[in-house]
Amino acid sequence: MLKLPVYLDNNATTPMDPRVLEAMIPYFTDHFGNAASRNHPFGWQAEEGVDYAREQVARLVGADPKEIIFTSGATEADNLALKGVYEMYASRGNHIITATTEHKAVLDTCKHIEKLGGEVTYLEVKENGLIDLNELEAAMRPTTILVAIMYANNEIGVIQPVKEISAIAKKHGALFFTDATQAVGKVPVDVLKDGIDLMAFTAHKMYGPKGVGALYVRRKNPRVKVTAQMDGGGHERSMRSGTLNVPGIVGFGKACELCSLEMKEEGSRISKMRDKLETSLLKLEEAYVNGSTESRLPHVSNISFKYVEGEGLLMGFNKNIAVSSGSACTSASLEPSYVLKALGLGDDLAHSSLRFGLGRFTTEEQIDYTIDQVSATVLKLREMSPLWEMWKEGIDLEKIEWAAH
Amino acid sequence: MAYSDKVIDHYQNPKNVGTLDKSKKNVGTGLVGAPECGDVMRLQIEVDDETGMIKDAKFKTFGCGSAIASSSLATEWLKGKSVEDALKIDNMDIVEELNLPPVKIHCSVLAEDAIKSAINDYRVKNGLNKIKFEESLVH
Repeated sequence: MLKLPVYLDNNATTPMDPRVLEAMIPYFTDHFGNAASRNHPFGWQAEEGVDYAREQVARLVGADPKEIIFTSGATEADNLALKGVYEMYASRGNHIITATTEHKAVLDTCKHIEKLGGEVTYLEVKENGLIDLNELEAAMRPTTILVAIMYANNEIGVIQPVKEISAIAKKHGALFFTDATQAVGKVPVDVLKDGIDLMAFTAHKMYGPKGVGALYVRRKNPRVKVTAQMDGGGHERSMRSGTLNVPGIVGFGKACELCSLEMKEEGSRISKMRDKLETSLLKLEEAYVNGSTESRLPHVSNISFKYVEGEGLLMGFNKNIAVSSGSACTSASLEPSYVLKALGLGDDLAHSSLRFGLGRFTTEEQIDYTIDQVSATVLKLREMSPLWEMWKEGIDLEKIEWAAH
Repeated sequence: MAYSDKVIDHYQNPKNVGTLDKSKKNVGTGLVGAPECGDVMRLQIEVDDETGMIKDAKFKTFGCGSAIASSSLATEWLKGKSVEDALKIDNMDIVEELNLPPVKIHCSVLAEDAIKSAINDYRVKNGLNKIKFEESLVH
């Protein structure tokens, strides 16, 4: 049976898996202790829960449990990695390389570092959303201490060539940090095979709770250190002080365990639905997928429907279908998506985009419903669109002098 | 963002969507906005030569729900008005009628601009001078 409303915004956040909630509940009530209380059973139980979760989290990404630093989420982990490396390795250099399509948590932290005297190179991406490895190589300097490139993009889902990137960073003596928020739990991520030195990720994008995330910090070959950005009781190997969010961490651990067990089956099931959605919507005229379809997460599709505006489009079905749009109107800034613009899309196409993010609980019926609703709304709005009419008449919209506005 | 019921109603049942024959002398066309900005409105009026009244008005809009609603409402208000009275339609009347939030005021400004632009097109076609309007401030 069709269950409404349909949630297709799983890149924003995922619903919590009931099995995760179940694992967490005792840690709110019975096992409420402070994991740092070493001298009574309440503390021991909490610590045991955290230790177990740390193993579950580490196992999902091929890390050692000691290399996992729990944080409040990926934004904090991004801040800790960038600012922490910048401060810790100041004697080696002050140059960081990142890309224009990174999440704001990385970009704005880099801007902050620039104000502190750091130098940052922002690599452009190719039309498919991937960085050019030659450009990365050319941007490396003797003072480069860190390469910060996301694993997979939050808007278009493209997966960067992480292994190649880490090899280039290593060759030039720089560390490699990746924001893997969208990738962990969706595709196999292995910090050793991928050559990752630091990695940020979070529970709420993989069916865990909000408010808990982690920074992986490599301990061997090389031993990486970051300067704490939160001072206090010296928790998390003194890299992140603050009483541990025990129920959240336990939930994060459970979420990671479930992903370890189910990722493969889940990925292929979801990607089949995603492909069906995408193929069906591309049957509409003038509809285009944004970003690479070859190197991409299994659950994301970002499509521009030319000549209809994203927010107007959302309004046709957003009571029953939750998706997100790159349209300016949906954001506070009135600027369309900077990620889509970085791919070379004109503002008009960026304004016309929708991001579909499928998830563990998406059903076939919901996808069929979405195909129908979105297609019908696109057709309806095109009948109402002057641009569509002009395009149909063969008028070159590029040549029109639009009133300054 | 929550839309007002009136915006939703115009979005779901837009009034006067369509195209008038712009080659006709008594049809004035206004095309305002830009695709890059996320909204383009085309508003047309057809004036009765004898009475000087607007006997028909049509629109097509590329934009958000508020832009669609603003232009739909504008065409409703235009029909049956004299050209002179049409010039008195103020964007704030549209804001009030549709309960537009501050971030959507530019949609109403665009609708007002479209009306003025259509009237000027009609005037030029009929040997009259373009009326100079103040630059709208929002855009």
